[in-house]
Amino acid sequence: MSLLEIHEPGETPLPHAGEGSLAVGIDLGTTNSVVAIARDGKPAALHDETGRALVPSVVAYPASGGVLVGDEARLLMPQEPRNVVASVKRLMGRGAADLHAVAGVLPYEVEPGSGETDMVKLRIGGRPRSPVEISAEILKALRARAESALEKPVERAVITVPAYFDDAARTATRDAARVAGLEVLRLVNEPTAAALAYGLDKGSEGLYAVYDLGGGTFDFSLLRLEKGVFQVLATGGDAALGGDDFDRAIAERMLAERHKDGLADRVDEAAVKTALALARHMKEQLSDRDRTSGRLEIAGVPSFHALGRGEFEAMIADHVKRTLDIARHVLTDAGVTAPDVKGVVLVGGSTRLPLVRAGVAGMIGKPPLTDIDPDEVVALGAALQAEALTGGGDTLLLDVTPLSLGLETMGGIVEKVVPRNTPIPVQLAQDFTTYQDGQTAMAIHVVQGEREMVADCRSLARFELLGIPPMTAGAARIRVTFAVDADGLLTVSAEERTTGTAQRIEVKPSYGLSHEDMADMLYDSLENAEADMTARLLTEARVEARRSLLALDAALAKDGSLLAAEERAALDAGRARLEGTMAGDSRDEINAAAEALEELSKPFAERRMDRGIRDALSGLSVKELESRVGE
Amino acid sequence: MDHFARLGLPAALDLEPATLDRAYFALQRQWHPDRFANRPAEERARSSTEAAALNDAYRTLKDPLSRAVYFAGLRGVELPGDGKTIDDPDLLMEAMEAREALHEAITVEAVDRLAAEARDDMKNSLAGLGGLFLRDDKPAIRKTLLRLRYLDKFAEEARARRTNLERVKA
Repeated sequence: MSLLEIHEPGETPLPHAGEGSLAVGIDLGTTNSVVAIARDGKPAALHDETGRALVPSVVAYPASGGVLVGDEARLLMPQEPRNVVASVKRLMGRGAADLHAVAGVLPYEVEPGSGETDMVKLRIGGRPRSPVEISAEILKALRARAESALEKPVERAVITVPAYFDDAARTATRDAARVAGLEVLRLVNEPTAAALAYGLDKGSEGLYAVYDLGGGTFDFSLLRLEKGVFQVLATGGDAALGGDDFDRAIAERMLAERHKDGLADRVDEAAVKTALALARHMKEQLSDRDRTSGRLEIAGVPSFHALGRGEFEAMIADHVKRTLDIARHVLTDAGVTAPDVKGVVLVGGSTRLPLVRAGVAGMIGKPPLTDIDPDEVVALGAALQAEALTGGGDTLLLDVTPLSLGLETMGGIVEKVVPRNTPIPVQLAQDFTTYQDGQTAMAIHVVQGEREMVADCRSLARFELLGIPPMTAGAARIRVTFAVDADGLLTVSAEERTTGTAQRIEVKPSYGLSHEDMADMLYDSLENAEADMTARLLTEARVEARRSLLALDAALAKDGSLLAAEERAALDAGRARLEGTMAGDSRDEINAAAEALEELSKPFAERRMDRGIRDALSGLSVKELESRVGE
Repeated sequence: MDHFARLGLPAALDLEPATLDRAYFALQRQWHPDRFANRPAEERARSSTEAAALNDAYRTLKDPLSRAVYFAGLRGVELPGDGKTIDDPDLLMEAMEAREALHEAITVEAVDRLAAEARDDMKNSLAGLGGLFLRDDKPAIRKTLLRLRYLDKFAEEARARRTNLERVKA
């Protein structure tokens, strides 16, 4: 190596590799974060003194001063809700235009963005803070944990991002690491990292899918594994769909139940946060039992709420269906059918839900792989990649762009320059021309997304190519080049080819809406929350009613002989009444008819149970009976 | 350097996917930016440029139609840019009729049938290209490639229509 190295502007000289400073892998999650390290190809998550690997992605700025991260921050939630922030990842790189996707999920006061970027800011702990600086606090805490566990300075990291994160969110993640004093060796897509953790363990070859349902984001990726090469063939997802949505559904339902019972709550930030915390607990319980209940206390007034797994699954069925639709699209994009896939890896805490597991198994036609803890697998893969990048290694990750990149052309139509699922790094160019005689400037508008119209895509940057020599329309040759690096970050440059007028820009997020618009959107969503809730409850009532009708029909088909003719007629009449109310819009009428039908069918149910018990008990010894009772 | 040369492959219309993958993986092992994470900035820049060029070559040669168009370009057959109007009246008529048939297909099965026909048609036309290149029949090559490009677009439209029909059904 030469004695003098010349570095590009803005580039810091690399620390001397291997001299004390270690490189870790970080999964910076919506709900939880994990830091891990790999040595000799063996990754391990780093635990705290109590043995926990997960750090809740919660940051608190207590009134008493200082910053808390993780469990300590979460504990402060009930006392100082205004000083605690969770799920900040949902806001990374997001502007006003995206707020509809997160409004209601994050009951925080929103502040105008600063001049430089118009990213949303939150008023937390009495002052506006950007998602970048809040995320940086989580990264600092992870870094501190790693340094105390490893007893060495940690300055470099591989950080994972959802595959479906757009350019703005990736840039924001990189910035957060910089604030936390970490050099980002590489941003790696979460599903790809998970595949890495699995692949090395098993030496698998063939097509594998990764279904990653986290707290706030969903990704589905299809990879080909071959002799140490991890080639991503296609990826897709939704950057605003995750387990948080399930919590919200339960919380809204509980708040509506209180409302129905005449409790005139003021639904403020603290109430929503309390309800969300309880909702999350109830959701987790429903992964291994059929019913759960909880006590919600708002402003000193308690209420009790019961929830069955069936009801919960009906509430989230649409979300789960959406993830499976996206997964099917990814397979189609890659020209692959489900039987071609050798295995599907589950990532993210939300994949513990039985409904999700069953859905994925049903779609791929095989039981999903779950050997590695779904909460840790991404960080373990990131750690492996960090080791590969610093110490060398034989694996190779070939990833793709998740979203198409293009330019606005005449009439607001998008001309795609880099189609989605293009392997990165990539550099692609397209030529454009002038449309007026003597035109000396050309506006260039860079967008990201799959839709045909600019208005439906995300605007990434606008710039103007100036100094085009005057020529007749159509004579100029303007070449616009898109370069996406291995982190998935975009740089766009433009050049007039006949004279070499060049302009180069680095794409930074830009958002078109004013702060007023942003605030309005947030208030609108709160305003509409009640109407939305009413609609949701009506749907749920219908779903429940349909479920009990199906159950009744099944019972009648099996044990209808237990009923006398007049009993059967009464049941049929009750059944018809319920069906009648289901066609209407009154949730109360549906529920009343359902209750009446249940009352009517009680004797029938009891007789069926008697018969069932007799059948089950016949032929069993007393000893066997006792052991059954004990189960 | 053309895309074939960059991957160390002979310029040919036919290319085994496994051969292409092998060449591509071997060169990416050498040039991918992950291999240069600890190197000076100028070496990293070089790696990024090389890896991007390899990706461009791989992407172009992987799909049989885009490979055929690229190969034709090397042989001096230039096609109008993608998305430009069709200048062949026979093809124009065929495209209009096919589009009408697609529009009238109101079941998933009917759309699948049309898509399968288009796929078979593509396969046969691609197979016929080799002979045209041997004879160096440039007008026929151009005509066939334009038709293939239209068939490819038609298959895509059929996919979109299928998705719509399924959504309506659900």
